[in-house]
Amino acid sequence: MSYQFDFSFLADYWPLLFWGTVATIRMSVIVTCSGFVFGTLCAVASTSRIAVLRNLVAVYVEAIRNTPLLVQLFLVYFGLSSLGLRFSAETSALIGLTINVGAYSSEIIRAGLEAIHRGQIEAADTLGFSRLQVLAGVMLPPAFEKVYPALVSQYVLLMLGTSITSQISAEELTGAASRIQSMTFRSFEVYLVILGVYLVLSFGMRGLLRLLGLVLFPRLRRLGTNL
Amino acid sequence: MFTNFALIHVQVLLGGLIWTVVLSLISFVFGGLIGFALALAGVSKVRWVSRTIATYVALIQGSPVLIIMFVIYFGLPILGVEVGSLTAAGIALVLFSSAYLGTIWRASLQSVPKTQWEGADCLALTYAQRMGLVILPQAIRIATPPTVGFMVQIVKNTSLASVIGVVDVTYVGKQVNAATFQPFTTYLVIAVLYFCLCYPLSVLSRRFERAYSVSHR
Repeated sequence: MSYQFDFSFLADYWPLLFWGTVATIRMSVIVTCSGFVFGTLCAVASTSRIAVLRNLVAVYVEAIRNTPLLVQLFLVYFGLSSLGLRFSAETSALIGLTINVGAYSSEIIRAGLEAIHRGQIEAADTLGFSRLQVLAGVMLPPAFEKVYPALVSQYVLLMLGTSITSQISAEELTGAASRIQSMTFRSFEVYLVILGVYLVLSFGMRGLLRLLGLVLFPRLRRLGTNL
Repeated sequence: MFTNFALIHVQVLLGGLIWTVVLSLISFVFGGLIGFALALAGVSKVRWVSRTIATYVALIQGSPVLIIMFVIYFGLPILGVEVGSLTAAGIALVLFSSAYLGTIWRASLQSVPKTQWEGADCLALTYAQRMGLVILPQAIRIATPPTVGFMVQIVKNTSLASVIGVVDVTYVGKQVNAATFQPFTTYLVIAVLYFCLCYPLSVLSRRFERAYSVSHR
């Protein structure tokens, strides 16, 4: 093997990688939050008594879960702009990812809601709680606690998925890498480096979210186990 | 200058869809074979074997498929192995699916009650007999719904192969878009094509889940 590995591009281009990493983290944090909120709303809507609302959520979830993120991003970025709805690549990425993660979050949270014992809800009804109070006080907190590990995995997958937004030229780590490799022709080395960065990000994110779970759910802390 | 999106474009897209299906099958079959080996080794009592497997799985699951694809596409030629984009994408997707299928199947093996393993041991069954006659038949029932569900992930992830130049339905879609400049229609049709591949699998997975969970109710 005569190939000489050359990582000297790091000396010149590390700021690009650094800001790419920051952009990836920022994108992941924003979409984790927006996807969680949107997913929760959809999950709540899917337990609604209004059939139209339930069916609407079901169609949305099935449509998203059975099509690739790449095509969804193309539809948002190229498709919507051809219909006159023009967004920047970054905004399109945030919209596309939120719609995508919202569907998965909604399914996960809905499973948590369905696992809640009917007696709990009936008890809250008996106490004269309003529907909103039942949802926010009785149903959602234990649902979140129950599905938290699944949500963590989903949001780590989302962070890895942000790499796909480079295909609609959003500025993030993979986009930065492809710019560097087009200038240095060190494709393998560049992608090897950012593979390492993604690994650190995914392990770090998993660890942080697990800690957050311990902070959010005291029962988890006390028992040292999930429900 | 641009042609309108027409039936001919759907036909071209269907031609691309064949490669999407081929790539999905390659990933599932070879990823499944490796995943099965990983699952068997993962429940091994030899500590370093199960540790090595766990590390491999964690590394693959912690990396974006797209980047794995790039690393293989640009890396294998360095090792002196010339690979086309289809091979590189295939290898990356096999690695990806082997890690996930390995995890799913290891969990299925482990969820067969311990008494079954012990019972098989007590009857002095060999490893092959214990696995083939006692554990696997039960584990397969548990593993079927998530496995079929994961096939959907495989099909969807093949779309990333278009990035390194595999002429799958997404790649053809980009070309159709360049010719018609009707991105909304083009990508909507592509989404529908993926949906037609994935939705039956999703439904099947749910049906299996319901059929097999009866005994647990």
